[in-house]
Amino acid sequence: MAQFSFAFPKPGTKKLLVGATLGAALAIPALLAGLLVFLVPMVNKPLLDAFIREKLGHVPATWVGTQWVYAAALFLAGIAMFTFAAITGGIFSWYERRVAARIQSRIGPNRVGVAGFLQWIADAVKLLFKEDLVPGEADAMLFRAAPYFVVAGMTLVLVALPAGQAIVVADLDVGIFYILAVTSFIVVGILLSGWSSNSKWSLFGAIRATAQVVSYEVPAGLAILVPVLMAGTLSTQGLIRAQGGWPWEWFFFRNPAAAVAFFILFISQLAEGNRTPFDLAEAESELVAGYFSEYSGFRFALYFLVEWANLWIIGAVATTLFLGGWQIPGVSAQTWASVRGAGSFPAFGWWALQFVSLGIFAVKTLFLVNVVIWIRWTLPRIRIDQMMNLCWKYLVPAGFAAMLFTLVWQMVATWAPIVEKITALVVFAATVWVTWRFLQQTRKNVSLIAHERVDLSNW
Amino acid sequence: MGASAETVLFWIFAVPLIASAAGVVAARNPVHAAMSLVSAFFWLAGIYVLLTAHLLAFVQVIVYAGAIMVLFLFVVMLLSLTDAELGLEKLSALKWVGVVGAAGMLVLVVSALAQSGPRAMRAVGADFGTVRAVGRILFTQYLLPFEATSVLLLVAIVGAVVVAKEKI
Repeated sequence: MAQFSFAFPKPGTKKLLVGATLGAALAIPALLAGLLVFLVPMVNKPLLDAFIREKLGHVPATWVGTQWVYAAALFLAGIAMFTFAAITGGIFSWYERRVAARIQSRIGPNRVGVAGFLQWIADAVKLLFKEDLVPGEADAMLFRAAPYFVVAGMTLVLVALPAGQAIVVADLDVGIFYILAVTSFIVVGILLSGWSSNSKWSLFGAIRATAQVVSYEVPAGLAILVPVLMAGTLSTQGLIRAQGGWPWEWFFFRNPAAAVAFFILFISQLAEGNRTPFDLAEAESELVAGYFSEYSGFRFALYFLVEWANLWIIGAVATTLFLGGWQIPGVSAQTWASVRGAGSFPAFGWWALQFVSLGIFAVKTLFLVNVVIWIRWTLPRIRIDQMMNLCWKYLVPAGFAAMLFTLVWQMVATWAPIVEKITALVVFAATVWVTWRFLQQTRKNVSLIAHERVDLSNW
Repeated sequence: MGASAETVLFWIFAVPLIASAAGVVAARNPVHAAMSLVSAFFWLAGIYVLLTAHLLAFVQVIVYAGAIMVLFLFVVMLLSLTDAELGLEKLSALKWVGVVGAAGMLVLVVSALAQSGPRAMRAVGADFGTVRAVGRILFTQYLLPFEATSVLLLVAIVGAVVVAKEKI
């Protein structure tokens, strides 16, 4: 093995700073989990009714304050979701910069807090205090409005995005279709920011981004149809309930076409989020920064907030559709009901299980977020013709094939359910084998640098 | 949710809807008009949701606010109209015809509504407006119009390819 000289924290770091960073690193995930579980009573009507009846002592159906309680609860739920998006976006920005630095043999941000963990707060404060410039020739009204379209497109998605067994703001009947629909506001915002800046770099970036996002919505929609066909519902929670806790009960493994659809969806999401290798819209070497070249201060920060908060959305949508969502292995719908108990308020065990389901969902999502970051700093940017070819000549036909195959597959699976079980086990075994080979190869690659010294003391 | 909360929500969506719809007509700059149209569709979706037509609400968001608006903005932007061109009042005769037409439409709608009198909203079942219910109606009762529309779209796609490609 390589010789790692590793000192964490760096010698000479003040104890107070170490304590503050460790405190923040432990408190922030706990705070985020608390925020999400806090959503449950806020958006659950029977629970709110029980609260009014038993704690406030009014009859919910006739009391005038009932609607005010509902409105206040929804308001709090909205603030909780927005806070969640903002904080995860901030932490991802720090994480991505650290990973990028490691991949490129640099140090990365390491000044604010231990290992630079508090860098994102410093950046946010800095951007808030910067001057908010509007170019003289720009269309001032649309220039100011454009970032809010982008933010709206991102935050509206959070409404239907689940994170646990009861943790979702609204389990809409049209859930996943709603997510596709509101994402289109991001395109409107991007196009608007590019045009209103009155700068050729911005306009080029905006037009590239629009062409890309509109094109990749087609394969994404086709790939989403595969799990929808398997579950028979568009509701995000319904899609997860149709899967199970064990990996071989996930849609990814149950149908060979679903595995293909997962990769189609993942590639399309990278393209829709303007992530490398699809970051043509922000290509620094050609277009300064693309559609947000002219922005500064707070509005500039909004674009980056959306970019990093989108990482969570990318991971969460893929987890919901293909990777079993929040399902806990061995815990069925009956177990959930029996743990909850018959009282108006759920028993303590039910709340504990909510945290477990949230943890499982978060682990899967963060794994995908990690893959997205890893891809970004490994692959070069592709050309625009390659981007269009990939979408229309490969992903769209493959998406149609996966959809047609799923239609036949569902008939076979209904006729002989054993076929689905065998396929799931075979595909799962194959995945385990590929992962094993991958780890072996990584080990081999690491052993090749055994004679080198790796200096990590500057963390 | 009670009737009063529903009324409040209705006004929250209705007032901006009317304002942005007026903006579509009043805006001098075509891009501003297009943006007003996007926001009008957004507020309209809210009204659809109040009518428990969730699927319809998001279908029109994805179709109008998404695809068609993007195409529309492309056209408007690539025209690159200058302020001088926008200020010209070339079509004054056409404008008056438009005013007469709009006024006539308004009279027609108001008189039709006045004749029908006040009516209570019909109570709908739990599956009203769901994907399942809309799909069933679309593939049984309205199968012919549905298929005719898809043929129309196919013709449009083939037409676009023929126009765009010189040699096929």
